Amino acid sequence: MMGARLSPWLIGFAVLVFLFLLGPLVIIVGASLSDTSFLTFPPRGITLEWYANIWQISAFRSTAATSLTLAVTATALALVAGIPAAYALARYGVVLPPFLSTVFILPILVPELVLGFSIMKSFTAGQGWPVTTTLIVGHALLVLPYCVRVVSASLASFDFSVEEAAVSLGCPRWRAVLTVVLPNVRAGVIAAFILAFITSINDVSVSLFLTGPGVSTLPIQLLAHMEQFFDPTIAAVSVVLMVLTVGVMAVVEWTLGLSFLTK
Amino acid sequence: MTVSLTVEGLTAQYGATKVLEDLSLRVGEGELVSLLGASGCGKTTTLRAVAGFLAPAAGRILLGARDITHVPAHRREIGLVFQTYALFPHLNVRDNVAFGLKQRGLGASERRRQADDMLDRVGLSELADRRPSALSGGQRQRVALARALVIAPPLLMFDEPLSNLDAKLRVEMRVEIRRLQRANGTTALYVTHDQEEAFSISDRVAIMRAGRIEQLDAPEVLYARPATPFVADFVGFENLIPMRVIAEAGDAVRAEMPGGAAFEFDKGQFTVPGPEFLFAARPEGLRVAEDGQGLPTTLGLRTYLGRAYQYRCETAAGELIANGPLSRPMEPGTRALLIPVPEHCALLRST
Repeated sequence: MMGARLSPWLIGFAVLVFLFLLGPLVIIVGASLSDTSFLTFPPRGITLEWYANIWQISAFRSTAATSLTLAVTATALALVAGIPAAYALARYGVVLPPFLSTVFILPILVPELVLGFSIMKSFTAGQGWPVTTTLIVGHALLVLPYCVRVVSASLASFDFSVEEAAVSLGCPRWRAVLTVVLPNVRAGVIAAFILAFITSINDVSVSLFLTGPGVSTLPIQLLAHMEQFFDPTIAAVSVVLMVLTVGVMAVVEWTLGLSFLTK
Repeated sequence: MTVSLTVEGLTAQYGATKVLEDLSLRVGEGELVSLLGASGCGKTTTLRAVAGFLAPAAGRILLGARDITHVPAHRREIGLVFQTYALFPHLNVRDNVAFGLKQRGLGASERRRQADDMLDRVGLSELADRRPSALSGGQRQRVALARALVIAPPLLMFDEPLSNLDAKLRVEMRVEIRRLQRANGTTALYVTHDQEEAFSISDRVAIMRAGRIEQLDAPEVLYARPATPFVADFVGFENLIPMRVIAEAGDAVRAEMPGGAAFEFDKGQFTVPGPEFLFAARPEGLRVAEDGQGLPTTLGLRTYLGRAYQYRCETAAGELIANGPLSRPMEPGTRALLIPVPEHCALLRST
């Protein structure tokens, strides 16, 4: 590298941005270790008691399990619906009415609170659907736009002559899609899965309306806990979630490389 | 097993726009026929209809005696070579070539043997384990060719296969395509917008325009005896002059052009198609001379072509383009004569 001299201003600015981004995380970690019975920073005294406390509260365990199952199921549903939709948009975009591609991003454009409220009104209240079913459907709708958009982006650069080549060589269309098209947009599908999964597992606004008696998600439970106790357990759970996220990302990085997320 | 391809009354449309209109065509066994024309003339649509990627609104498509109009694309057994090569990016070269064999249920070792055989024939044996992304354009198109040929298709189709290659490689590859097509005796349909490419490797060429075939003939025939003004213009007859027969005597027909000048046509050299016809001349078919029997002209702009000088010529019949000898460059404004050179002229039925 020759003459790559960075301006001290630029370095200073970069440091500020990182502080802004990472500072809150440091505060959370600090707060989770505090010896006090309320959230505070800097921590007074050091204890791991709040981490132990997480396992004492059964509501955290059950809602974590719900959140995980919900995120996986909803994301899977959204991919099952979203991949064919993205394929159709990419393959026949020219002949399809233009509003169709907008339809699939509507759930992003509508405020999440409105989305949650209208799903609650339509399904839980309107149709008397069980809470769990509505929750899954609601989250699938919430993450569908991510699936469609990310997979579409991957398919946009795919040369469909490749699919036709497979067909001309004797491969039925459906099999060509599965064995030739999909392997070549694998990165997009994985990226869509991760984005959708994270969106679902972090969601508060939509879940707020859709959780009900006996069925709650982790973020909702955290909210409830904070309202009642405001103790460092919240911070401890946050740190655990943070570590898990970093762990998942590390695994992805080692196995696939994260670069596809920025492509 | 080589078969003929017959297309009868093919009509295709996108929405309300007709892109093919009652198109008929026959490619004989082992023959290579090119569809030649500008973009939007329907040549690729024809190929896609034959391949089964586009359902025609009307018409029939036959391979040999077998009607394939309604056979799904994957059961037509037509080898296809695309402009973008369309190799499978996630498979190595050998697996790309073996793909069609796998669809036919061949065992792994047999697939490998046949794929390697075919790669050997296109000179790519040492690249068998590479991914397509590691190959040059020419190598990719060879792989695509091998992949299409290995299934021994009764019909091979090419969609602008050389358009993404540079000029030198294009010439090399088209010879290679012709060599392999000849060696296998495969019937082939070849789509291109490049006249030289089409003429150089085809047994016959169909010149297309607006969804119809203007003329389907051997390249030599198209070049010397275009049937329509469009084809004449396409193959370089830049001068088209309407003529009217005014006298016939012995071996000669005398015909007059607008403005009153007349030419005599020797019946031994020309077949006059009717009392009114079109006289088509390439620039080299009208020789610029200072004396002799010809059409009087005032020379305009001169350009240098290397083998000749070319002039814009004012005549009573309008502006014509003619070539003059390198030995005598003439200045604009010079009065001269245009003398027809029969081997570079043709007579067309007037429309």
